Amino acid sequence: MTHLPLLSLAIWTPVLFGVLVLAVGRDNRPALTRWLSLLGSLAGLAVALPLIARFDRLAHGMQFVEQFDWIERFNVAYALGIDGISLWLVVLTALITVIAIIAGWENVERRVAQYMGAFLILSGLMIGVFCATDGLLFYLFFEATLIPMFLIIGVWGGENRIYAAFKFFLYTFFGSLLMLVAVIWLYFQTDSFDIAVWHALPLPLSAQILLFLAFLLAFAVKVPMWPVHTWLPDAHVEAPTGGSVVLAAVMLKLGAYGFLRFSLPIAPDASRHLAWLMITLSLIAVIYVGLVALVQKDMKKLVAYSSIAHMGFVTLGFFLFDTLAVQGGIVQMVSHGFVSAAMFLCIGVLYDRMHTRQIADYGGVAHTMPRFAALFVLFSLANCGLPATSGFVGEFMVILASVKANFWIGLGAATALILGAAYSLWLVKRVVFGPVANDGVAALADAGKREFFLLGLLAVIVLAVGLYPAVLTDSMQTSVADLLQHVAKSKVE
Amino acid sequence: MNTMNLAPVYPEILLMVSALVILIADLFVKDTGDGRRNLTFGLSLLALAGCAVLSFLSLNSGATVYAMNNLFVSDSMSDLLKMCAYVAVALTLVYSRRHIGVRGMVGGHIGGEFYVLALLALLGHMVIISGTNFLIVYLGIELMSLPIYALVALRRDHAPATEAAMKYFILGALGSGFLLYGISMLYGATGSLDLLEVAKAAAFGEVNRKVLVFGVVFLVAGIAFKLGAAPFHMWVPDVYQGAPTPVALLIAGSTKLAAFAICMRLLVEGLLPLALSWQQMLTVVALLSMAIGNITALMQTNIKRMLAYSTIAQMGFILLGLLSGVTGGDTFDSAVNAYSSALFYVIAYVLTTLGSFGTILVLSRAGFEAENIEDFRGLAQKSPWIAFVMLMLMLSLAGLPPLVGFYAKLSVLQAVLAAGKVWLAIAAVMFSLIGAFYYLRIIKLMYFDAPVDDGKIAASGDARLVLSLNGIAVLALGIIPGPLMTLCATAILNTLSS
Repeated sequence: MTHLPLLSLAIWTPVLFGVLVLAVGRDNRPALTRWLSLLGSLAGLAVALPLIARFDRLAHGMQFVEQFDWIERFNVAYALGIDGISLWLVVLTALITVIAIIAGWENVERRVAQYMGAFLILSGLMIGVFCATDGLLFYLFFEATLIPMFLIIGVWGGENRIYAAFKFFLYTFFGSLLMLVAVIWLYFQTDSFDIAVWHALPLPLSAQILLFLAFLLAFAVKVPMWPVHTWLPDAHVEAPTGGSVVLAAVMLKLGAYGFLRFSLPIAPDASRHLAWLMITLSLIAVIYVGLVALVQKDMKKLVAYSSIAHMGFVTLGFFLFDTLAVQGGIVQMVSHGFVSAAMFLCIGVLYDRMHTRQIADYGGVAHTMPRFAALFVLFSLANCGLPATSGFVGEFMVILASVKANFWIGLGAATALILGAAYSLWLVKRVVFGPVANDGVAALADAGKREFFLLGLLAVIVLAVGLYPAVLTDSMQTSVADLLQHVAKSKVE
Repeated sequence: MNTMNLAPVYPEILLMVSALVILIADLFVKDTGDGRRNLTFGLSLLALAGCAVLSFLSLNSGATVYAMNNLFVSDSMSDLLKMCAYVAVALTLVYSRRHIGVRGMVGGHIGGEFYVLALLALLGHMVIISGTNFLIVYLGIELMSLPIYALVALRRDHAPATEAAMKYFILGALGSGFLLYGISMLYGATGSLDLLEVAKAAAFGEVNRKVLVFGVVFLVAGIAFKLGAAPFHMWVPDVYQGAPTPVALLIAGSTKLAAFAICMRLLVEGLLPLALSWQQMLTVVALLSMAIGNITALMQTNIKRMLAYSTIAQMGFILLGLLSGVTGGDTFDSAVNAYSSALFYVIAYVLTTLGSFGTILVLSRAGFEAENIEDFRGLAQKSPWIAFVMLMLMLSLAGLPPLVGFYAKLSVLQAVLAAGKVWLAIAAVMFSLIGAFYYLRIIKLMYFDAPVDDGKIAASGDARLVLSLNGIAVLALGIIPGPLMTLCATAILNTLSS
């Protein structure tokens, strides 16, 4: 093992490249800006990939640990580390950044440098969230991600972008402020901001419940869970394609990851005590939001609602307290990262040509864009959980575990498969198949090299994870088992 | 004790002499017509630099030295606050130079009085910061306020400025009246004007509690006037809006350091035994300030007015730190923690406010004040860098990481929570959520909207450079806040333990 600070590199490489792009890139030199950004995102991926190779899947606790004192007055440390839970999220973020950069290659013409710079900085900050093992550092990254995303939605978004950007910012800011109070409160109990110390802190049930609720608000808004999900469809519809991709693929995971890192281990008794609440909210997300997705007229909105439903699976899995379910939830997080990214890219491809996202404006795309249509169908099937795609693995694991826990929960979760199939396939039917709807569709050109490369890459990953999910599950086994063992023990004294 | 030890007073003496020398020297400066009084400007900065060296040496020694028959003290807190005040005034002068030149606030029969008045106001700051006697602090307040009243009215032909000056003068006098009345009652109850004597008498002596508490009420009201905290905030928006922007910058920036010093000297050092009484009053004042400031700021269309309401809200946060000092438990540690968090907050606030008013000054040019929020429209396309600096400043005021404003809020919140006032902390974060909206609105205008006019930014190189440094400082202190936090903590520790 070398002593390269890989995690710091993974965080700061994209950030530094982002700053560089902002400094060097001018709007009259878009080509330079684009290539430099691509280089930055590839460099970010290059430093993230060795993490997989060097990760010890049997080791307990954090790996690649880095620790320096940072703010001595409050015992805050610059402390990084990853375990099997965060490993794949870090890699996912680095990969999605490359995709987002390429996705914005041609269709972003305004203020290219700021666009690319914002994405690179955002990427570094999100990796920071997944790596931080210090509570304040986590909060810092968690909050700081708001700034670039706010700008991305607001500057490059659609018509109603300003409303969406404000809604996005204020919703998430609201959630995280209470978390800040909780974090400071924990600091007073332990005189430390180290998350591991918080894990070990014994707490009475009442305190745990309050903490749990404070964290819940922050993470539930980010996931988003029903009923605080309403910012997401707005943000998605208005965000540029790259923004939607990053938002769905990575940003939503920040909240779900927070549950695993904070809520469950810090307040295990409250988690078990309030599991019914979390399961209910998750099932509502899965079923009700699934139904809402069914009636959407806007493709992006439909996928946005389906994202909420899929994230419902994730939270459902976490609160069943079962290895299979938690693993399923994490696999679902990663899988959803790829599938939703692909779905938004597909919609972006159509939007770039037709400048409409209304389902009614399409029909018979398969006739004019056969290559694209094939991939679009594949991703839609992955979205509804077809076996052999990554979408199936996570959902199946969660449903299996929920049937084991309680038949009715299992039934509720399984309905989601039907609903997922309904809205995904209906979308495909209306957009891709049927007769050519209008002259616009008739004039469509098939996916170009760049688009085909992106979608093809994602298709390979989706199928690979679907066929051989052990890549993911093996490396998270130890960490998930440790987590559940910790959660099973009461912290009430 | 030493009776006439002059060493601690060197910075004040230097500043006073320099101000008078500059007043004379300025008479010989030729009017070039463009208002660049290089000599006056240069000498003023030189005087500030000289004072900074003296205060820095004193801060480094960490000693607490009394002078002038215990009327005056030089301790770590005073040195730190003075250093910050020098920086604040120096930045104000650099930002203002071009603005006042174009608007006829220098030259002609006014000469370079702007600079002299600003230095004299600074002298008032320093007297407040170092005063250890109720009357000295009061004198300092007057010495600080009178030049500023004059500064507000410096544009005689400008109706809003004149109106603002009148308002500021009358309400300032009213506030001083409150303060004096309170002080007279304290004197009546304790028989002394010396801060430590009053504290001793209030703690152990046979005093009339009723008179004492009555005096505290007036004192707190007077202080709230000077801070611009609700419900004594009425003058703030009008004065900020009406005053020439450079003067508004002076009022919004460096005077808040002095206001913090007033709180520390009068309330903490003089009336710590009555902390439970004034903490309750400050709780009301703080909550009202945050509520009124944040909610009213939402509806403003003038950025100076918006920043005025934002200041009111920020003062509420500083008071939160001040009112968390005494909780009943291990008082000394918690007091150091709370007061140093308030000190950190005020420094972070001043740094950020200097930048935001500085941006207004940098954007303004002849015939264009950049005062309306709309004037920021599309700034990101006209000048990405200035827009980015303003973005950082606004987010810092909103309290987002990784900017210094976040740590300011964090340290105050932890002090409030340490005092066990969870509901107060939750109220504070909810009000900052409301506050985030109007800061975001500026960002929205700068980044999301297209520019309406294509006026060139006429700022001079030095103002741009200083603005850049100011913005970078807000970011750098956000990434490495540790040293400044430690500095604040040691300063308060040294001051309180002496």
